[in-house]
Amino acid sequence: MTTAKTKRDYSLVGESTRRAIETGLASAEWYHTDVPRKTMKELMQRSDGPAIRDTIIWLAAIVGSAAGIVWLWGSWWVVPFLFVYGVLYGSSSDSRWHECGHGTAFRTRWMNDAVYHIASFMLMRNPVQWRWSHARHHTDTIIVGRDAEIAVMRPPDLLKAALAFTGILDFRYSLPTLVRQAFGTLSEDEKSYIPEMERHKAVVAARWHMAVYATTIVFAIALRSWIPLVLVGLPRLYGTWHMVMTGLLQHIGLADNVVDHRLNTRTVYMNPISRFIYWNMNYHVEHHMFPMVPYHALPRLHELIKHDLPEPNPSMWHAYREVWPVLLRQLKYEDYYLKRELPPTARPYRGEFHEVDMSAAAE
Amino acid sequence: MADWVEACAVDDIEEEDVIRFDHGGRSFAVYRSPDDEFFATDGYCTHERAHLADGLVMDDIIECPKHNGRFNYKTGQAKGAPVCVNLATYPVRIEAGKVMIQI
Repeated sequence: MTTAKTKRDYSLVGESTRRAIETGLASAEWYHTDVPRKTMKELMQRSDGPAIRDTIIWLAAIVGSAAGIVWLWGSWWVVPFLFVYGVLYGSSSDSRWHECGHGTAFRTRWMNDAVYHIASFMLMRNPVQWRWSHARHHTDTIIVGRDAEIAVMRPPDLLKAALAFTGILDFRYSLPTLVRQAFGTLSEDEKSYIPEMERHKAVVAARWHMAVYATTIVFAIALRSWIPLVLVGLPRLYGTWHMVMTGLLQHIGLADNVVDHRLNTRTVYMNPISRFIYWNMNYHVEHHMFPMVPYHALPRLHELIKHDLPEPNPSMWHAYREVWPVLLRQLKYEDYYLKRELPPTARPYRGEFHEVDMSAAAE
Repeated sequence: MADWVEACAVDDIEEEDVIRFDHGGRSFAVYRSPDDEFFATDGYCTHERAHLADGLVMDDIIECPKHNGRFNYKTGQAKGAPVCVNLATYPVRIEAGKVMIQI
């Protein structure tokens, strides 16, 4: 039987952290496809128009499906409304949180901030903590011991990954985390990426979130109805599956501890509805390489640089089928990963940094 | 006493844009605002090591290319997370079509 050569320590203050800093993997220079400055400037341009249009559709659909839930509560006809509301609340909020956190969705700052805070609440994410954790994710994407947002660690816990689709685990993590933070306690991992001057803001934000949840519970008790909880909080359980389905594909099964997003990030072609829910984050290599480019310009960026990137997966189904055997192999040999081939037009990977001996995995 | 050094020609920078200027082992970002004024700051973001010349100029804001941190390039003021530390700014003057900065 083959044993893994190295055990990964995913704590942000442990052995892998020390090693990442020592070896220069932390805060490293990453590979970028060459794009002329003039073209990149055009792609980076901000506009309020697309995000205002999408946000009006998003909010109208949320309010409409919520009205349907209230109106049809108690009959089976409520199910399709729960389905739509759940996905809008529990899944599409993730992409809104993400894009507005980057400040790229809208040109106007307050619009980004307003949607960011609404979406953070829907996701049960502390808006201050997660802004910093996501900054770290972009600095040190899938660098073990540094990246706070590695969804599937190695060896992969497949049961945990499957349960993620139900939202149960995230709910179980997110709510107690907010409670702890509301009482003024930040973990050592959180302190490792939230600067001291920002920590009190994280505590205040957690208190606001908890106040809204407490108010919702009071309403539910006063009305003797589940509806307030079905509309606020619980969609994090029943509507999170789409976020997990799309989000897991971003990095799962690919390389870790490399400094080339083509090796650790995946672009997947998706249907238009999923792309609306996901705000084009299926172009994920492109997003990581150039986080300044707004979601509505990512398809154009993709066309421009795809000659330098691995072939995108043609569908989510294809991507999951491709990664499944990789995950099974990682159970025995955690250094194994899916190395995606580059087209002949691409600049090659820098092997001296990225070669991992995977011969043992073939045994 | 600080010296005035030539950073670039006026025409080297497009309107509402930024370029990089390296001098004496230091790196700077030189800006041309939408109303055709010139400014200079330190080149690297105060959050992490990313050069602001790769970023986006919008009105009087420079946005860092790595984490989208924003500064007012006229005053150096950090405009919120993930940037918390202000950017150093430098006096600029135009002489015979050249952008001069005092460093």
